[in-house]
Amino acid sequence: METVIFALFAALALVSAIVVVTHKSPVYSTLALVLTLFSTAVLYVLLGAPFVGALQILVYAGAIVVLFLFVIMLLNIQKEEEAHAGFGAQTWTAILGAAIFLGMMGLIFWRSGSPAAAPLTPESVALKPLAAQLFTTYLLPFEIVGLLLLVAVIGATVAARKPGEELGHIGEHEYVSGEEPRTDPLKSGSDPHQPSVAEPAYSSQREAS
Amino acid sequence: MSSVPVSWYLLLAAALFAIGTIGALTRRNGISIFLSIELMLNAANLTLVAYARQLDDRTGQLIVFFVMAVAAAEAAVGLALFIAVFRQRHTIDVNRMNLMRW
Amino acid sequence: MSPELIAILAKYAVMFAVLINVAPIMNWVERRACAYIQDRPGPNRVGPLGLFQPVADALKFMFKEDVTPSAADKPLYLMAPALALLPAFTTFVVIPFGPDITVAGRAVRLMVADVDTGVLVFLALSSLSVYSLVMAGYASNNKFSLLGSIRASAQLISYELALTIAVLAVIIPVGSFNLADVVAYQRAHVWNFLPQIIGFLVFLIASFAETNRLPFDLPEAESELVAGFHTEYGSMRFALFFQAEYTNMAALSALGVTLYFGGWSLPWIEFPHNLLGGVLGLLTLLAKIGICMAVFVWIRWTFPRFRYDQLMRLGWKVLLPLAILNLILVAAMTLAGWL
Repeated sequence: METVIFALFAALALVSAIVVVTHKSPVYSTLALVLTLFSTAVLYVLLGAPFVGALQILVYAGAIVVLFLFVIMLLNIQKEEEAHAGFGAQTWTAILGAAIFLGMMGLIFWRSGSPAAAPLTPESVALKPLAAQLFTTYLLPFEIVGLLLLVAVIGATVAARKPGEELGHIGEHEYVSGEEPRTDPLKSGSDPHQPSVAEPAYSSQREAS
Repeated sequence: MSSVPVSWYLLLAAALFAIGTIGALTRRNGISIFLSIELMLNAANLTLVAYARQLDDRTGQLIVFFVMAVAAAEAAVGLALFIAVFRQRHTIDVNRMNLMRW
Repeated sequence: MSPELIAILAKYAVMFAVLINVAPIMNWVERRACAYIQDRPGPNRVGPLGLFQPVADALKFMFKEDVTPSAADKPLYLMAPALALLPAFTTFVVIPFGPDITVAGRAVRLMVADVDTGVLVFLALSSLSVYSLVMAGYASNNKFSLLGSIRASAQLISYELALTIAVLAVIIPVGSFNLADVVAYQRAHVWNFLPQIIGFLVFLIASFAETNRLPFDLPEAESELVAGFHTEYGSMRFALFFQAEYTNMAALSALGVTLYFGGWSLPWIEFPHNLLGGVLGLLTLLAKIGICMAVFVWIRWTFPRFRYDQLMRLGWKVLLPLAILNLILVAAMTLAGWL
């Protein structure tokens, strides 16, 4: 039973991971990533870590990846430019490097032949010892992570501001038009599947020079 | 009930990490690179949980907890940066973000 | 098949039989209630009091022509409605619906998945429901749909925070994520909505946003976005979204009554630990869910829709601080031994 579940979700994770890195459309990539995360969450549960599994779906699939999708739809990112498609030297080098890495890891795990793990008991999957350890031994990292998230929220808010907007006026100016530059791509363009904003002149000049 | 050896999980994690590496190195779309990095983080998490199972030690699961929190922070800041870049350059193709290159 | 597996399947069959009937019944209730609130008769032609109206609606959905827009992203477009139902029908597995009973000499716990991480599983699965909305909106290749799903993704993430923190405050005094323990705690003490009235109000408001119901139905606001993310969906596919909406409402109502109103239990009444007790527990839970659903309907036809910036401001600047305040209060009260 456990082997069947493992095989099923391991295969699902691998296939969807390949879709993540190969599909041209970012939306499909993102949705495939959700599938990978879900399959790994199932594997976490198999490994006796139900808390991590639930957290994986709740935080990763339920919030972080939704943020990705939100940005993709907000920026209306379509398929990559065809000019970069195809197998260049970079692709082959990357595949070679990854294959060497995989081969070495495989060799290590195969050779080491780790002893069979102790069977799972209700005590070993219980949540309370986990919480106790988190809030005693790892209290300082926990607090630091909280601070980090606060800093990240502030940083993200500042970085994603409209250009030229005053820091103290976020909110009040949201619906006043004419303040932001006319080329703000998030405001223009009515058809979501047609890139409506022309490439700015300066970037093409740089490409040419 | 037959138990799956922990080394299988490790192999799977290595494979996921390798796939993520390929993606991060070959994709040109900023968001896709980001997704590949998330894939690599996920593979590392799987390794940590697998070792936590092998060694019967919960520290691995706790590190995964921290990795997820840091990944959330990373995603928030990274995506905000992409929005900022997109406002300026109207693309998130990393090959075109070459203003600092000479 | 092992007896455990049979027990699980039997329990899920009970849940499924209940859930599959939520949407047709609510369809009738919603239309009659809205008509009553607006002082008009409502559907009253099919059967007595229009009771067979849902059957007629279902037949209409089935025989209507199934149109797929030519510019749609086919795989995602077809997957989205099915995916909408998935979280709605799975979250119920962690809701207890009766006392521990003994059937044919075996002790049976009346919840499908008796796991330590119960509440987390519920929240995790329900957080996946945003994907069907996003997929539907993106795949329809329609600007109203896309706007609807952008709104949906932002709204659902924002309100999930407040909802989750409000739920966590319930968990603190109980000390277990298992909802059966939450019910047991409330039977031993007092229903949670009394000491945690702030948390309950936050939960209530956030659950309206999570189910996309008026006053927060911005993803499908029909006066601005035609029908939002499901603009391009017709016939049975629309019916699936419709069903998912009501099933989600039922799921969140079930979580709400389990967390704050004692779940399947009633104060001062001990249900017998046999099949009869199980049925009584289930009926009690259903009655409580029914009251919650009636409140959903009542609110929908009473309140106007929020503007999107008002929605975001309410979520981030009012509900989230309130939820955190409630969490701190409850933690302090638990520490002081008052709970």
